[in-house]
Amino acid sequence: MGSKRGGFSVRGVREWLEAPAASVAERGGRLNVLRGAVARVTTPLLPDDYLHLANPLWSARELRGRIVEVRKETADSATLVIKPGWGFDFKYQPGQYIGIGILVDGRWHWRSYSLTCPPNWTEPGHGGKRLISIAVKAMPEGFLSSHLVSGVPVGTVVRLAAPQGGFVLPYPPPEKVLFLTAGSGITPVMSMLRAMDRRELVTDVLHLHSARTADDVMFGAELRALHDRNPSFRSHLHLTGEHGKFALADLDSKFPDWRERHTWACGPAAMLDEIDDHWRDVGRSDRLHVERFEIERSAVGEGGTVTFGKSGRTTEVDGATSLLEAGESVGVRMPFGCRMGICQTCVVTVNSGYVRDLRNGDEHREGDKVQTCISAAAGDCTLDV
Amino acid sequence: MAITDIKTFAHLTAADIETLGQELDSIRRSVELSRGARDARYIRRSIAAQRGLEVAGRAVLFGSRNRWAWLTGTVLLSVAKIIENMELGHNVSHGQWDWMNDPEIHSSSWEWDMTGPSSQWRRAHNYSHHTYTNVLGKDEDLGFGIMRMTRDEQWKPIHLMQPLANLLLATTFEWGIALHDLSIEKELADTPPRELMSQPNRDFARKISRQVAKDFLIYPALTGPAFKQTLKANALANLVRNLWAYAVIFCGHFPDGAEKFTIEQLENETSAEWYLRQMLGSANFKAGPAMAFMSGNLCYQIEHHLFPDLPSNRYPEIAARVRELCDKYDLPYTTGSLGKQYLLAFRTIHKLALPDRFLKATADNAPETSSERKFAGITLPSIGTGWDLTLPGAESTHWLRIDPETGKRRGLRSALHEAKVVLKEKARQEKELLREAKAALREKAKHEQEMLREATLALQERARHEQAALRRKAVRDKPFRFGRRRR
Repeated sequence: MGSKRGGFSVRGVREWLEAPAASVAERGGRLNVLRGAVARVTTPLLPDDYLHLANPLWSARELRGRIVEVRKETADSATLVIKPGWGFDFKYQPGQYIGIGILVDGRWHWRSYSLTCPPNWTEPGHGGKRLISIAVKAMPEGFLSSHLVSGVPVGTVVRLAAPQGGFVLPYPPPEKVLFLTAGSGITPVMSMLRAMDRRELVTDVLHLHSARTADDVMFGAELRALHDRNPSFRSHLHLTGEHGKFALADLDSKFPDWRERHTWACGPAAMLDEIDDHWRDVGRSDRLHVERFEIERSAVGEGGTVTFGKSGRTTEVDGATSLLEAGESVGVRMPFGCRMGICQTCVVTVNSGYVRDLRNGDEHREGDKVQTCISAAAGDCTLDV
Repeated sequence: MAITDIKTFAHLTAADIETLGQELDSIRRSVELSRGARDARYIRRSIAAQRGLEVAGRAVLFGSRNRWAWLTGTVLLSVAKIIENMELGHNVSHGQWDWMNDPEIHSSSWEWDMTGPSSQWRRAHNYSHHTYTNVLGKDEDLGFGIMRMTRDEQWKPIHLMQPLANLLLATTFEWGIALHDLSIEKELADTPPRELMSQPNRDFARKISRQVAKDFLIYPALTGPAFKQTLKANALANLVRNLWAYAVIFCGHFPDGAEKFTIEQLENETSAEWYLRQMLGSANFKAGPAMAFMSGNLCYQIEHHLFPDLPSNRYPEIAARVRELCDKYDLPYTTGSLGKQYLLAFRTIHKLALPDRFLKATADNAPETSSERKFAGITLPSIGTGWDLTLPGAESTHWLRIDPETGKRRGLRSALHEAKVVLKEKARQEKELLREAKAALREKAKHEQEMLREATLALQERARHEQAALRRKAVRDKPFRFGRRRR
């Protein structure tokens, strides 16, 4: 019960008290002492196990949030405004995304969406209502996005993961900026634009956005208003329904200074691949930032490259090799048990990509926990082991 | 010796077992596909109810200096601990609710209110016990290392203590499980047994100290003047939970009819044979909805062993389908009342405390374990035609797989039944023979006795004659001697 030096100190006592809650409440601050002390009594349960029965937002084990508003953006997209629960850090960077878990038919589904709201800096005048927002576009095959756009009621409790991602706007922003977006790829850029606007730091920003029709443009009115307030912000809309896909070759004629700009691009994978190539060809890759939302459905197949996140190893496997065998073949210390899918000893979390259950063909994805002995890679994937 | 060949024992062909496996797979698939909001609500409500009972119990115990408050608190806490242990801890750790993808109700993170750490139990129980169910030398849940639960295991003098060991295990069940899991964990993790500060040892020490501190120190201390009463209540609640958990486990694994297997059977075992082993190796007990809930639905032990990771609230419907399969394949479905199943286990515990020479049956044909050799040497009723199966060691005996009269499959259940009838008949005949032999012997003895008596009589007669002759001779000689003296 003392400090490491063997003596008896306040800090030692505090550490001892906090210990039981340390693993679950990194964000607790002074509250951790109380949580730790209560955990000594409620062991093996944690105070959370009781607290979240009273209010799900009080959970310290995981971030929670409550949907407070669902705002339609276009026919097939909506903005969800969420009030995060205890311990959410509002000091994220514009452009980052959050993980969000929604309960549908008894099962939590986990997805990542870009934040569209600017960070909530604690400087005076910027303290907002401690709300965050994401924009979701319904995908034809996207079971969860459709549910979020047209079916989720206000008041729903969701699970949240802390903001993350390297697709961010630096502070202060570069003098000349180019945003290249298409479809829902506009969402992280929206967060950047709103942050620039709130900080009154809109530099020379050029935004080229592609959408099928004018009705499909998310945040159209807001972009116009932003331009009216800040002449240095120019928004160009490219309607693919009328003019076809935007040709990168036209950049030179339409925006001759594009090579001088720091570029952030977000949209479908095919578009990003093209942009990647084009920027490399002109030797400007160092000024390009790209955000890939997720692996395209077409990339989900049989087998792929499995990356073992913690041990930093990778291996190529076919669609019939179990992830357990794949890991063991490259010397990763995989947890294992019965090797037949009954004992749950080998369960690990999928960090990204897709994994298939060999017994019934069910697909698992980012955020799911899978039994490695009966799962195989369905495309490239990363495991948390 | 226990079952070495499950095919022969089950009276099924490899193809039969394969289709049985497919039918069980389709049960699994249909339950997996229909898991949803209803099931999620069930487990959430169970958890909320358990937390509520526990909080209420702990709260009432603050007034435990009052006798009624003490009793109420103890009952509430006991019920809470039982639910926590059986329906929540056991089933969540089996991954039955992992499909919900909820980090708070997940096998990888659930910690239970028992002395041993969940993580060690998960390896020992989910892996060792559920993979190698009832395989001698592999499944260390067979007697938990301190009891002889089958006569396949050699008797040692220590087994005379079995009745005592049983009592000790029942009352301190959580400690028995904790130590048992720790030793398996160390074995699986290849930890040197003498290394005191090994990871398994440290996890174990941390968990038990927390558990002990909570129930026997912190909570009693929190109730201040009621320290002693709260301590007693906590100890009693733990005891009640231990006894109940022990009873449920023993009823699921040790009544007659729960078969044991050898390593030979394990070699090259197909997944369908694995299913069959689980079916034949487990036993159910009959329970209504309330008792089923309190047992963590382990009254459906057979279904649990077939599908350890399917949600427990679905076991009743799965049970109906498994029973249909048992009827179809003519396989036994071992079940009975809680009392009956426990008494059968209890009988085995006490019987096997004795050395084998006091036991009548062999390991091939005993109530607690049998093997395919049980059927060898028994001439089963046979009808010469049809698709038949020959049993090893009984070349002349044919087993008719379809009953020509009813058209029903004839499998293990019929075989067990007929073996029972045949054995009973054999025993009756032997008894009859014995009785006749005894009668003949008695008759012979009587006869010999008679002869002896006659011989004795004859001898006596002869002796009498000789005596008489002697006497006559003496009378004849008497005057001569007399005269000579007188004269």
